[in-house]
Amino acid sequence: MRVPLWKIAHARSGDKADRADIGLFAWDAPTYAVLKREVTPARVKEHFKAMCEGPVELWPLDNLLALKIVLNRALQGGAARSLRMDNLGKAVAAQLLRMEIEAPADLPRLKAE
Amino acid sequence: MKSVRVGAGLGFYGDSWRPVRASIERGGVRYIASDHLSELTLAILQKDRQRDPAAGYARDGLPMLLELWPLAAKHGVKFILNAGGLNPAGAREAIARAFREKGWKATIATVTGDAVLDRFDELQAAGEALAHMDSGAALATVRDRMLFASAYLGAQPIARALEQGANIVLTCRVADAALSLAPIVHELGWKWDDWDKLALGLTVGHLLECSGQGSGGNFGSAEAWAQIPDYAHLGYPIAEVSEDASALFMKAPGTGGRISFDTLRQQLLYEVHDPHAYFSPDVVLDMGTLKFDDQGNDRVRVVGATGAARPAKLKIVGGYHDGWMGTGMIGFSWPQAYAKCVKASETIRTLVAERGWPVEDMNVEYIGYDSLLGANADPTYRDQLNECFLRMTIRTQDRKVADAYGRLFPWLGLSGPPYVGSMKGVQGAKELLGIWPTLVKRELVESKVDVAVEKV
Repeated sequence: MRVPLWKIAHARSGDKADRADIGLFAWDAPTYAVLKREVTPARVKEHFKAMCEGPVELWPLDNLLALKIVLNRALQGGAARSLRMDNLGKAVAAQLLRMEIEAPADLPRLKAE
Repeated sequence: MKSVRVGAGLGFYGDSWRPVRASIERGGVRYIASDHLSELTLAILQKDRQRDPAAGYARDGLPMLLELWPLAAKHGVKFILNAGGLNPAGAREAIARAFREKGWKATIATVTGDAVLDRFDELQAAGEALAHMDSGAALATVRDRMLFASAYLGAQPIARALEQGANIVLTCRVADAALSLAPIVHELGWKWDDWDKLALGLTVGHLLECSGQGSGGNFGSAEAWAQIPDYAHLGYPIAEVSEDASALFMKAPGTGGRISFDTLRQQLLYEVHDPHAYFSPDVVLDMGTLKFDDQGNDRVRVVGATGAARPAKLKIVGGYHDGWMGTGMIGFSWPQAYAKCVKASETIRTLVAERGWPVEDMNVEYIGYDSLLGANADPTYRDQLNECFLRMTIRTQDRKVADAYGRLFPWLGLSGPPYVGSMKGVQGAKELLGIWPTLVKRELVESKVDVAVEKV
């Protein structure tokens, strides 16, 4: 089934120069396995195509049940030259949580619903 | 087994020091590591110093110490803060003067030597191109517009200050985590080439450097954020670090917030690039081997850090003038709040075009609809919004244009679409800064680092 990430994961984002970076965290191990499979650099790049002009980098971290995601050239040159309201990229993680992926209906967070 | 407790101080210039009191009173900390400098805070301090050569340091260091020093002295707690900014000596003077007036005693150290703006010729002559780390662009493209440039120093000079008996260490730009790493290495007697231990110390520093973000603040989530207890009294994180390279994270009893695997791992990956090579001047950390043991009741044990040898080069961050931003804002109520914002934005575009202003870029956002979510905003209810604010910003090289741009908007109140709000004055031009990250051989910087200790 199609599931938005906010139902099964949490996330925080920040900035370094012209990079927006996101930590995406599964609430549990079965969900982490799904995130690792479904949340690919290509999918993330497509989700952020309106703001991310560079490549998307992604590292899975099994010990943290997390994906580290970096959006290159995504902040209009950096926080201090950006014209955006969210010049620091703090809500970029919220944008990611709106992304939908294919996930089994029996993930712990979905069963609890 | 030897151990030391370090507590988080501020997480940025302007943060609150109120929660630090609980860490000193009831958290058992020996050190407060306080971070006053974000990536571009030095640009603000540079402007301060241009107006007044005695300024150029973070002005919240002194009021923090005036509030907390009597309590800290009673508990034997030392402060390490990068509030020295561009002028640690000036910061020390201001603090020493205030302490003398109060009759307080302290041994204050300053750490200097980060500033490289005036040394570009010398560094280039020594073989450093100082090109942009990411784009490869040559320094010459921005050099005459550069406002400041500082190298990130490591923990060693801070540790030297502590060895000389300092109980307040005021630094220039250092790596944020060095503010914690230094007292940890100093107290536990670690060696500067014991990379795994230094890596654990760096992990601790990184988890403390954003104050409340390490203890449940800004807990990025849907719904779970509402379960964080008592934001009003959120306690800043504290780490008890033991000589076997383990750390127990906690916060002062009776404070709000949350220390858990979830809140800590959010902070661990915050503003990190490659998590397997997290660079600092003192060690390179691999976050992939860390183990978190959530013991419940706001206690989490962290072990398993692995480190690689410190890099041969230090990072420099410079900031250069990159034009001016003009800002205009106007709000509309139902009915057709969004449609009226669109009409207003088209009207402003026409006025800008007719004036022939040299506008390089324009950003249009609808606050209440897409100003934070951008293209990922959901348009389902866009046409039924109760109210909506238009925010339009421009980038221009002409400061007068950036100023005049904001003055276009109030006119809309009487001559534009109906039911306006937000006529709360006009925003003037704001200077925009580009950021220039680059690398330099560490010896070229470290040969100029100075630690000065003075008793007050």
